[in-house]
Amino acid sequence: MNKLKSLMHGALAPVLVLLVWEACARAGLFSAVVMPAPSAVAAKWWAYLLPAQPQAEGQSYLGWLLSGELLHDAYSSLYRVIAGFVIGAGLALPLGLVMGANTRIHDFFNPLVQILRPIPPIAYIPLAILWFGLGNPPSFFLIAIGAFFPVLMNTIAGVRHVDGIYLRAARNLGVNQLTLFTRVILPAATPYILAGVRIGIGTAFIVVIVSEMIAVNDGLGFRILEAREFMWSDKIIAGMITIGLLGLAIDTAVSRLNNHLLRWHRGLEH
Amino acid sequence: MSQILINNVQKVFTTPGGPVVAMKDIQLTIQPGEFVCLLGPSGCGKSTLLNAVAGFQPPSAGEITIEGKKILSPGPDRGMVFQEYALFPWMTVAQNIAFGLEVQKKSRSDIAQTVNQLLDLLHLKDFRDRYPKDLSGGMRQRVAIARVLALDSPIMLMDEPFGALDALTRRNLQDELLRIWEKLGKTILFVTHSIEESIYLADRIVVMTYRPGTVKRDQIVDMPRPRDPSSAAFNALKRELGALVMEEQQRHANAEMKLAAVD
Repeated sequence: MNKLKSLMHGALAPVLVLLVWEACARAGLFSAVVMPAPSAVAAKWWAYLLPAQPQAEGQSYLGWLLSGELLHDAYSSLYRVIAGFVIGAGLALPLGLVMGANTRIHDFFNPLVQILRPIPPIAYIPLAILWFGLGNPPSFFLIAIGAFFPVLMNTIAGVRHVDGIYLRAARNLGVNQLTLFTRVILPAATPYILAGVRIGIGTAFIVVIVSEMIAVNDGLGFRILEAREFMWSDKIIAGMITIGLLGLAIDTAVSRLNNHLLRWHRGLEH
Repeated sequence: MSQILINNVQKVFTTPGGPVVAMKDIQLTIQPGEFVCLLGPSGCGKSTLLNAVAGFQPPSAGEITIEGKKILSPGPDRGMVFQEYALFPWMTVAQNIAFGLEVQKKSRSDIAQTVNQLLDLLHLKDFRDRYPKDLSGGMRQRVAIARVLALDSPIMLMDEPFGALDALTRRNLQDELLRIWEKLGKTILFVTHSIEESIYLADRIVVMTYRPGTVKRDQIVDMPRPRDPSSAAFNALKRELGALVMEEQQRHANAEMKLAAVD
């Protein structure tokens, strides 16, 4: 009952906005081309979700059901986020671990990192196209850069902030350097590293939308830009809402994963 | 056997305000199986001495040997129990206890057997798969003791292990520790600032002076166990040691006042 109540409470503001928006649109306060009614957006979203073609011969029902444009776009974007993130985080994690553990390596790479870090991934777009041409590779590159720095910075901080008491306890138990690193420093640093992963995924998701506006012909970012060409504002908004939902889904999944990996952690918020 | 020889040990820390002599001229011989308490106010160098024996901070001068071998680094022959427990929070109770054995590359079945014995010995059976965050302070310290016992080291170093516990839990763990010590015959070097705790536990109490830490009194406690803290003998010794510790506490307080006045 309480859950229902809080759900209704949470739904109040969005519903109110939708109602006012719908009313304004129906009253003709603004042109449908500039700002379509929410009901029109919902209808468009539904059409965007459903398969565009009738079921072809030899095509399975499920395959047909999933052949809609929206699902294809969402899948393409998600694929780019994951591939780019895996590349970026996969490079950042080992580098961050050695930079955190070794002061000399840290001092060697740090100036470079500090200069490159403030450059927004978007600023790499011209180079990305020059270097990688069109298609997925420039997207992967941009997303990897977006994911790289948050994971790197947090991994360095995580390794550097390992409580000295754990190191002393471990040395007292007779661990060697490698075991100290894999069984003590690495797990002790995971809360920081996972916070970096979460920020990195968020950045990757922002970058994927932008990167799709330049070099590819599918994905959610491409679709809303394409819709603009035709002045389909209902489709633009439907695409934006899909981006929001996908982002929420990714963040929820990462947060679930965090909760599982950090089930031992004291300061965990549930 | 594991006799600890502390030979003319000195420790100087360099601080921004100049060198501080944390301890000097410490000369102690601890016999195998002996339960020794280091007693004194904070700043008397008792933890510094313990850390030197543990091998975390080597002394500036003098040497510490165990069975004639000089201590150069920390090692599992001297298990340490910390006041802050220092359990690995990402490991369950059983994993924490097993960790030292895994490091020593013991076989799986040996590890499982030792872990089960220790869970039994310290009444931790029902908690084996819990994480430290779900345990009370007393329970955590039991796990920390079990983790050190797993190493089967002849020497246990304890740095105010019960300092953060409430009085009842504290007494309970003191009794457990005595029971384990009598059963396993460990040599225990135990740091505390509680006079009562030292008399309750130790064969021998080493009272230390405030900075520089030196041995002020080396007191044998010749009372049968279990000791009764309300007995006349207990209280006579408590008064006597109390006066010694208070002198040092006073020097500590004066030194701090002087510092405050300079500021």
